[in-house]
Amino acid sequence: MRKELEKYFRTEKLPHIWCPGCSHGILTGAVVRAIDNLKLDQKKICIVSGIGCSSRAPGYLNFYTLHTTHGRALAFATGIKLANPDLKVIVLTGDGDCAAIGGNHFIHAARRNIDITTIVFNNSIYGMTSGQYSPMTPKGSYATTAPYGNIDRNFDLCKLAQSAGATYVARGTVYHIPQLIKIIEKALQHKGFSLVDAVSICPTYFGRKNKMGSPVKMMEFIRDVSIPIKSAEKLSKEELAGKILIGEFYEEQAPEYTEEYAKVIEKSQEGD
Amino acid sequence: MVSEKKFKISINDRTCKRCGICIAFCPKKVFSSENGKPVVVNLDACTKCKLCELRCPDYAIVVGGEEDEQ
Amino acid sequence: MSSKARLMQGNEACVEGAIAAGMRFYAGYPITPSTEIAELSAEMLPKVGGKFIQMEDEIASMGAVIGASLTGLKAMTATSGPGFSLKQENIGFASLTEVPCVIVNVQRGGPSTGLPTLPAQGDVMQARWGTHGDHPIIVLSPSYVKEVYELTIRAFNLSEKYRVPCILLMDEVVAHMREKVELPDPSTIKIINRKKPDPSIVNYEPYRDYDGDGIPPMASFGEGIPFHVTGLIHDVTGFPSTNAKVTEALITRLMKKIYDNLDDIVDYECISVEDAETVIISFGSTARSVLRAVHLMRQEGHKIGMIRLKTIWPFAYKAIQNLSSAVKNLIVAEMNFGQLVETVRASAGGRFEVSGLNKFNGELITPDEVIAKVKEVMGRA
Ligand SMILES: Cc1ncc(C[n+]2csc(CCOP(=O)(O)OP(=O)(O)O)c2C)c(N)n1
Ligand code: SF4
Ligand code: SF4
Ligand code: SF4
Ligand SMILES: [Mg+2]
Repeated sequence: MRKELEKYFRTEKLPHIWCPGCSHGILTGAVVRAIDNLKLDQKKICIVSGIGCSSRAPGYLNFYTLHTTHGRALAFATGIKLANPDLKVIVLTGDGDCAAIGGNHFIHAARRNIDITTIVFNNSIYGMTSGQYSPMTPKGSYATTAPYGNIDRNFDLCKLAQSAGATYVARGTVYHIPQLIKIIEKALQHKGFSLVDAVSICPTYFGRKNKMGSPVKMMEFIRDVSIPIKSAEKLSKEELAGKILIGEFYEEQAPEYTEEYAKVIEKSQEGD
Repeated sequence: MVSEKKFKISINDRTCKRCGICIAFCPKKVFSSENGKPVVVNLDACTKCKLCELRCPDYAIVVGGEEDEQ
Repeated sequence: MSSKARLMQGNEACVEGAIAAGMRFYAGYPITPSTEIAELSAEMLPKVGGKFIQMEDEIASMGAVIGASLTGLKAMTATSGPGFSLKQENIGFASLTEVPCVIVNVQRGGPSTGLPTLPAQGDVMQARWGTHGDHPIIVLSPSYVKEVYELTIRAFNLSEKYRVPCILLMDEVVAHMREKVELPDPSTIKIINRKKPDPSIVNYEPYRDYDGDGIPPMASFGEGIPFHVTGLIHDVTGFPSTNAKVTEALITRLMKKIYDNLDDIVDYECISVEDAETVIISFGSTARSVLRAVHLMRQEGHKIGMIRLKTIWPFAYKAIQNLSSAVKNLIVAEMNFGQLVETVRASAGGRFEVSGLNKFNGELITPDEVIAKVKEVMGRA
């Protein structure tokens, strides 16, 4: 590991538990690099996760770290941020953790526009429990609980976040890593609720079940189906089918929750 | 003239899980596979783009001078 | 300066007590008959610089409370039956990770949506064993509005002292009843704050029992020492472990920090038990009817007494064991189908006849019903 990054890791815990080629490691590295590029104060960062392979990430990171219950990372994070708005709060979550069991907390954290950066390690499967379909598993894909092909339609997390009220929304992939790091930097600098949908790979379960081949083949697949939002504008609906749109979808400056609450405190004390 | 510090690419054998990502996606084909293990075979071609380092899931690669190594 | 007496509702006394104890964070989701606690917290907390948030559900509320407590704030949530069920997974998280927090459950008739506006005491066992796995917990139960105030403060104190979630188990009657309460001068209130790590500690380990009392000192997120908290079984460093010895040591310490301190934690009131032949065990609003019945029957010369539990869990085994052999009958009066009675029976160890006086129809147990029950068991003897 590069020397200047070592302080961000609990290096004695490495190598991590993730499978060979699992992109959770790439994403965790991207988060650390974004933090380092911005030179954020390490002693002011709190990283919260739920349950899943992805949610193991904070255990390797040398910050205030909290590994909560399945789906509830944003609920805990909301308490932390409101209690201590000086902390930069980052939620690392899986697609199942965030969009299935945690879906309610996700839309409400977005609605409040509370200053939390949420990065979804979106491998379109439940990795930790060995390959059941998630709300991000594409229709038609296979999973251990979809042996005949998945009939559920999947979410578009970015659209979901935006319509729920998130004020920074972007998608990147583990293949397009320099861009993804830039996106995470923007999300971390944004005041308000920011979402990064980080498209990633689970070679062990999604990959095998869908006969996608090696981690390399899965990365190639992501590379080949991704298109920047700008180029997508010129394409027809048919041409866009099965494609992953990447880039920044939405950015807005809007009142942030903990700042609004500070005003509540002021108001309540008026005339005292 | 100041001589350039010796440039190299180090791969940590202990943490590398042999996923092959660095080998496959280096734009300059700097690595080759020895039973899955990446070995630097074409250092001169390296453009120091660091994509291999950024994409390594196990933080096993460092591209740069000696001071960058662990 | 002593404050003057005020007519106050139980739920109001709870918020007053919480703020006096140092509550500076509340997260909750409205539910009858606990809602006034949320409403008053919303009004009063910002005035003292505290924070209130209405979350999207009770699961989230419990999570937010734990998160806030990890930053060092004293935090509380309040709910009732259905919401209490939803909180259970995260209550277990707080138990295992030893994050202090207070959970108020104003019991209503159940199961399910049950009887939203009517009283019950049906959550006695859920309060003890509602979350999965072996875990420590403290449960307090007030009978009077004044006591709601006192026990809310105590709930915070015990929770902070032992780093354990503390449940204030009220019932609808105590929560909604209005009584005159004289709030004490704040300077006379005993406040306990969680133990902080000694600044001389190098390489702080968040779950090391530095002092040998089973209670690790607790740093806060934001104070400068990075540390890890997980709901997985962990070693003293806070990182996951599946080692059998580590697991056994952790669970043992969690349980022992409560069971080794029963004298400090357990609290109850014995009334006329010295010469009693029949003793009624009760708690919450039911204890008020029992007290009335005891007075009436004493006037008639019956040898009857009562034990009013202020802590339900850990259970007051000693209170039962210390009863003299003059006692023939124990009656456990509770507004449920019979929950605490089994624990009392176990503590009695065959020394006394134990029977239950139970009501689970949304109506209170009346003094007359208590008297009738006492006469029934006396007749049997
Ligand atoms: C309440 C609860 N329900 C179910 C589980 C089992 N469980 C653990 S992780 C997981 C899915 C994780 O999937 P995802 O969030 O996509 O993370 P990944 O492992 O793919 O990174 C499930 C269902 C649990 N731990 N808790
Ligand atoms: S199971 Fe999938 S998500 Fe989990 S570590 Fe392995 S590759 Fe990664
Ligand atoms: S990307 Fe990293 S882990 Fe994978 S083969 Fe290369 S050095 Fe090894
Ligand atoms: S830095 Fe770029 S060119 Fe050099 S080895 Fe890595 S990927 Fe190849
Ligand atoms: Mg997943």
